[in-house]
Amino acid sequence: MPAKGVNIQARAHTAVAPRREDREPERPNGVRVQAADRTFSTRRGEVPALAGMSLHAAPGEIVAVVGPSGCGKSTLLELICGLQEPDAGNVQADPAALMPQRDLLLPWLDATDNAALALRARGTPREQAREAARPWLERFGLAGFERSRPAELSGGMRQRVAFLRTVLAGKPVLALDEPFASLDALTRLEMQGWLASLLARESRTVVLVTHDVEEAVVLADRVVVMSPRPGRTVAELRVLLPRPRHRTDPEVVALRERALEALGVPR
Amino acid sequence: MTPPARSGDGALAGVLRAEAGVARADVRLWNAAGRLLLSWRTIAILLVLLGAWELYVDLGGVDPLILPAPHQVARSLYDDRSLLWSNFLVTAQEIVFGILLAAAAGLALAVSLHLSRTLQRAVYPLLMGSQTIPIVLFAPLLVTWLGFGMLPKLVVIMLVCFFPIIVTTLDALAAVDPDLLKLMRTFDATRARTFRHVELPAALPGLFTGMKIAVVFAPIGAVLAEQAGSNSGLGYIVQEAIPQLLTARAYAAVFILSAFAISLFALLTLAERLLLPWAYEPRGESQ
Repeated sequence: MPAKGVNIQARAHTAVAPRREDREPERPNGVRVQAADRTFSTRRGEVPALAGMSLHAAPGEIVAVVGPSGCGKSTLLELICGLQEPDAGNVQADPAALMPQRDLLLPWLDATDNAALALRARGTPREQAREAARPWLERFGLAGFERSRPAELSGGMRQRVAFLRTVLAGKPVLALDEPFASLDALTRLEMQGWLASLLARESRTVVLVTHDVEEAVVLADRVVVMSPRPGRTVAELRVLLPRPRHRTDPEVVALRERALEALGVPR
Repeated sequence: MTPPARSGDGALAGVLRAEAGVARADVRLWNAAGRLLLSWRTIAILLVLLGAWELYVDLGGVDPLILPAPHQVARSLYDDRSLLWSNFLVTAQEIVFGILLAAAAGLALAVSLHLSRTLQRAVYPLLMGSQTIPIVLFAPLLVTWLGFGMLPKLVVIMLVCFFPIIVTTLDALAAVDPDLLKLMRTFDATRARTFRHVELPAALPGLFTGMKIAVVFAPIGAVLAEQAGSNSGLGYIVQEAIPQLLTARAYAAVFILSAFAISLFALLTLAERLLLPWAYEPRGESQ
C-alpha cells in the first residue's frame, strides 16, 4: 500500500492525460487534498490562489467549503477534478465530475440530451443515452419538460438539469461549484431541500463549494472554512445533526454563527 | 407571451399576427422575414425613389437612352424575359454553387484552423493575403487560364466569399465557453467528441452569418468574372447591351441580380431560423 500510495500521488491528475480510468483506484479514497499550493501567473504578476490548502472527504461524505469570494474555491474544485495540478502539495481524488457555477447547458439540446451529455461524451448512442436519462428527469421534477430547450426552462429547472448531467456522469465524486448561487432565495431553498433528499438516496462523495454558510450547515457532514486569498483551511466544523435539517433549528443556527465567526464576520 | 407589438413590425407580420390559428413560432418567423423584406416604410421609401427617378426622366432631365425611366426598365423585364431568364439561370447557378462551395471549404478550413494552432499560424496570413488580390485584374487572367466556362466564375466567387465565412465560423468556434470544455474533460470526453457535441453545433450560427455576408459579395464576383470573359450570364448581357444603347435591358439585368441576392439573403435567414431556432432564443443561462 505505501508504494501504491506514492504511485497514485505521482500519477494523479496529469493535465495532459484527461482520461482517468487507468488510474482509478480499486478502493474508493474519497478526496484528499494535502497542503496544496497553486499560483497563477498573470500580467500583473504572480497571484497565489491556494497556499497550504488541506481538505479531506471520506467516501460518501458531504463536505461543504465556504470562504470569502475569490479565495480559490473554484481552483480547489479544479484540482479535485484533475483539471489543474497543484504547484506543491498533494491531491488524491476518486474520479470527479464538475458542476460549474453557471449551468452551461447547450442551448441546442433539449433537457434530456443535456442531462445525457456525459453519456454521449463517453460514446453512448443517442437513443440509449436519452433512455438512461429519462427516469432521472422524472425523479428530478422535470417530467413534462424532457423536450424543452434550456431557454424554455426556469432557472431552477436549468440548475437541476445541470446537476443531473453531473450525476449521470457516474463519477464517485461530485464537485459542485456554488450550484445555487445564481438562483433567487426561494428557489434556492427549494433546491437545497431537494439536493438533501437526493444525496440521502445516492451515496456520493460531495465537495460543495458555497458562499452561503447556512446552505453549508444544512447540507453537509462537515464544513471547511477557507481564508481569503490565498486560500487555506482556517476552521473545520463537524455537523453531527440528524437529517432533515432546517435552517431555523437552534443547532443549525449555532453552527452557522460559529462558521461566520471563523470567516471573520463581526457579530 | 405574444410577440412584441413593436411599431417597426412589418405590415405582413401585422396581418399574420392578427390571424387566428397561426402558431406563435410561425408568426415570429414571418415577423422576421417581414421586417427584413416587406416593412411598409421600406416599400414607401422605395416607391418615393422610383417616383422621383420616373419624374426626372419623364420631365426631360436626361436622355432615356442614357438613363431609362423605371417603366422602361419594367417593360424590358417583360419584353426581354426569355433572354433575361436564360442568362439569369447561368448567373444564379454560378452564385449558388459558388456560395455552397465557399461554405463547404470555409467550414472545413475554419475547423482545421481551430483544431490546429500550428496550422492557424501558418495558414491564416495566407488567407488574409488572398483577400488583397485585386479581383478585377485577376478575373481576366483566370479566364485566360481556365476558359469561358463556369470554372473561373466559381474560383472568383470562392475567392471573395470564403474569407468572411472562415472568419465568422472561426470566431464562433473560439467563443465556446472554456468552462464547457473543462466540463467535457471531467466527463472523459475525447477531443473528437467534445468537438462533435459542443464546438461544431456552436459554430453553425457563425457559418450562417458568414454565408449571409457571402450572399452580398457573390453576385459582384459572378458578374466581374462574366465580364472578364463569357458568352452568357447577366454580366455578359449588361456588357453587350450598353454599346447597343439597350440601357433599359442593362438596368433590368441589374435589377434581377439585386432581387436575387435579396431573396437568397431572406432564404438563408429563414433557413437559419428553422434549422437553428435556439440561436434566436434568449440565452436564458443563469450567470
